[in-house]
Amino acid sequence: MSKHSVGPGREENTTRRSYSDPPTKPRRKRVVLADSRAPVTRLRTVVELEEQTSYGEELVRQLIRAQFKAAAWAWGVVSVVFISLPALFFFLPQLSNVTLAGVRLPWLALGLLPFPLLFGAGYWYNHRAERQERDFVAMVEK
Amino acid sequence: MSAQIWALGGVLAVTVATFVVGWRASRLASTTQDFLVARRTVRSRRNAAAVSGEYLSAASFLGVAGLVLKDGADALWYPIGFTAGYLALMLFVAAPLRRSGAYTLPDFCEARLGSRALRGLAAVMVVFIGLLYVVPQLQAAGLALSNILPGVPTWIGSAGVATVVIVNVFGGGMRAITVVQAFQYWFKLFAIAAPTFIICVLFIGRGGVHDGEMTSLSEPLAPTFTTATAVNVQTPVLLHVRETVVFAARGTIDDVEVNGSVRWQPGIDHEVGANTTLNFSQHSAVPVVVGAPADNASWFAPSSTAGDMFATYSLMLALFLGTMGLPHVLVRFYTNPDGRAARRTTLHVLVLLALFYLFPIMIGALSRLYTPELLVTGKTDTAVLLLPTKFAPGILGQILGAITAAGAFAAFLSTSSGLVVSVSGVLSTDVLRGRVRDFRFATAVAGAVPLALAIAVRQSDISLTVGMSFALAASTFSPILLLGVWWRKLTWVGAAAGILVGGGLVLASLVVSTISGLTGDWAWGVVNQPALITVPVAFATVIVVSKMTPSKIPADVAQVRLRMHAPDGLGLTRDRAVASFGTAEERSRLADGRHRK
Repeated sequence: MSKHSVGPGREENTTRRSYSDPPTKPRRKRVVLADSRAPVTRLRTVVELEEQTSYGEELVRQLIRAQFKAAAWAWGVVSVVFISLPALFFFLPQLSNVTLAGVRLPWLALGLLPFPLLFGAGYWYNHRAERQERDFVAMVEK
Repeated sequence: MSAQIWALGGVLAVTVATFVVGWRASRLASTTQDFLVARRTVRSRRNAAAVSGEYLSAASFLGVAGLVLKDGADALWYPIGFTAGYLALMLFVAAPLRRSGAYTLPDFCEARLGSRALRGLAAVMVVFIGLLYVVPQLQAAGLALSNILPGVPTWIGSAGVATVVIVNVFGGGMRAITVVQAFQYWFKLFAIAAPTFIICVLFIGRGGVHDGEMTSLSEPLAPTFTTATAVNVQTPVLLHVRETVVFAARGTIDDVEVNGSVRWQPGIDHEVGANTTLNFSQHSAVPVVVGAPADNASWFAPSSTAGDMFATYSLMLALFLGTMGLPHVLVRFYTNPDGRAARRTTLHVLVLLALFYLFPIMIGALSRLYTPELLVTGKTDTAVLLLPTKFAPGILGQILGAITAAGAFAAFLSTSSGLVVSVSGVLSTDVLRGRVRDFRFATAVAGAVPLALAIAVRQSDISLTVGMSFALAASTFSPILLLGVWWRKLTWVGAAAGILVGGGLVLASLVVSTISGLTGDWAWGVVNQPALITVPVAFATVIVVSKMTPSKIPADVAQVRLRMHAPDGLGLTRDRAVASFGTAEERSRLADGRHRK
């Protein structure tokens, strides 16, 4: 326990540690009554978030909106592709006769193409959402 | 005979392996936290394998290939929808759902909307959807076992699967099931990939479709038998033909006793009675069950009619939004350590599912060439089990057949375990007091009741029932989850109205489609695949009723929203009070858990 530094970043260290190994026996705790180096501003912003001051609420609203926008973008692209496919094959039946590398186009378009598309959309969103969360934490802790 | 021994050996091996894996993992489980959410410590890779293992049910392992064999390109939307459902789950629900700190779906409803009444309603729906989903799994297990050993009655397979599941869940709850399901994903992938790979190698070795032995899949002709084939019809079917077919039959056709040569002209449907044997010669055209594309060209092309297109859109909506409403899928997300891990889990799931679904599609297409007799009997779901032995006679085919049979049992076992865990979790915390012994009692109930139903209820097409339960999930829970996560003004009254209206509509269409199926298929296609109507109606109901009851917006909505959306690093997440359950000793052990300061 003693290797944990007291001061900025202590909170994150303990949280991250506990993700990786679940505590089985009661951990030794170091009790610090007052710490002059504690990041006062960070505390204040988190308190503001929790107490729903107008500033805190605005911050959360912005984050939620940004996350939703990213999700809606990814979903929009994917659904446009998927919604257009059945209509495309219905109104242009000759597309079904196109052959690519020995396999008919509909079977490529429906059996193979959707999976990389879904993963791509998911990967992009995951990246984007995690970055937005990091930015939010950085802003709150500033 | 030796084929049966191989297959039986495979099934027994996977059952024993499942039992041993679950039993070993059970020893680690002791608290309510272990049983409900595996202590929320499952890493994203293992959790992704477990989610996929649970999700790849009989409908995926057997049903997808069967649907491809029967419906062709239109059936490709099933694997797409099964996978795309996880993208929706990841984009809109995964991380906020985990951060809400709930431990079951009803608990999420209460956490977000603060209503015991809604919680109770949600609990009823979870149990209902669970039943609707687990019964076909058990029935399919019975069907598969009686396929391997023709003399065995179907209830033995169902009872065997149910017993192993109950014992595993009883012993270790979510903790044990997580390991079992992760193991079963990899096993199922092997069990479908290895036979497909070998069959493809043999297929290419024989010169593909161009050696004149069979009709190419893209020609406007009916599929043909590659060898002289005797088809034994056990349940009555209605068949139609595209071209004149002559064959020898013994049994009843169109309510007339026949024994000898029969000639069928195109344009007339024929009903073949039970216990009829039809002998087709080589290169004869294959009669097809009414309702399936009769010639290869329309099988090969997607959306050939407007009705097909409507059904496709409706199916898409049900599968895209239904996945996030399936209680056994959601409960797995509560086992992630935090919201970020929940998102990463889903990203892995997308890869694992895509990897898996390539193979049933290939098996389905190949079985159109090599096992067309399934189109006559209508038992297309057995394609995965039959193709290997049909394709490679001899010991190789027998071993491959044993592997796919074992894979199918892994599918029944893993999906049913997930369902039993989620239903037991809800029963034990909402009906009982939430102690470990309550969970165990609930497990016995949640396993035994579906088993009784599976034996009592008539067997119907596996995948269609699953399609209906996706429609039900999409019209009940998905509006609440989506609006609950993203819309501030949701109220519990609106949510409850949405569950009742959406669920009611789907159930009504289920009843109508069953009645119409028994009395000559008069109903319009919408009742068989109702999501395109019911999902928008459910969303509209939730929104309108919530707008009408603004006074019911919970007072702590801002706090709940902050907790659901704030990044994990800020430490604002509070896991809901599972710790209030159980003994004082359990509580003190859990008090040191994650996210608690």
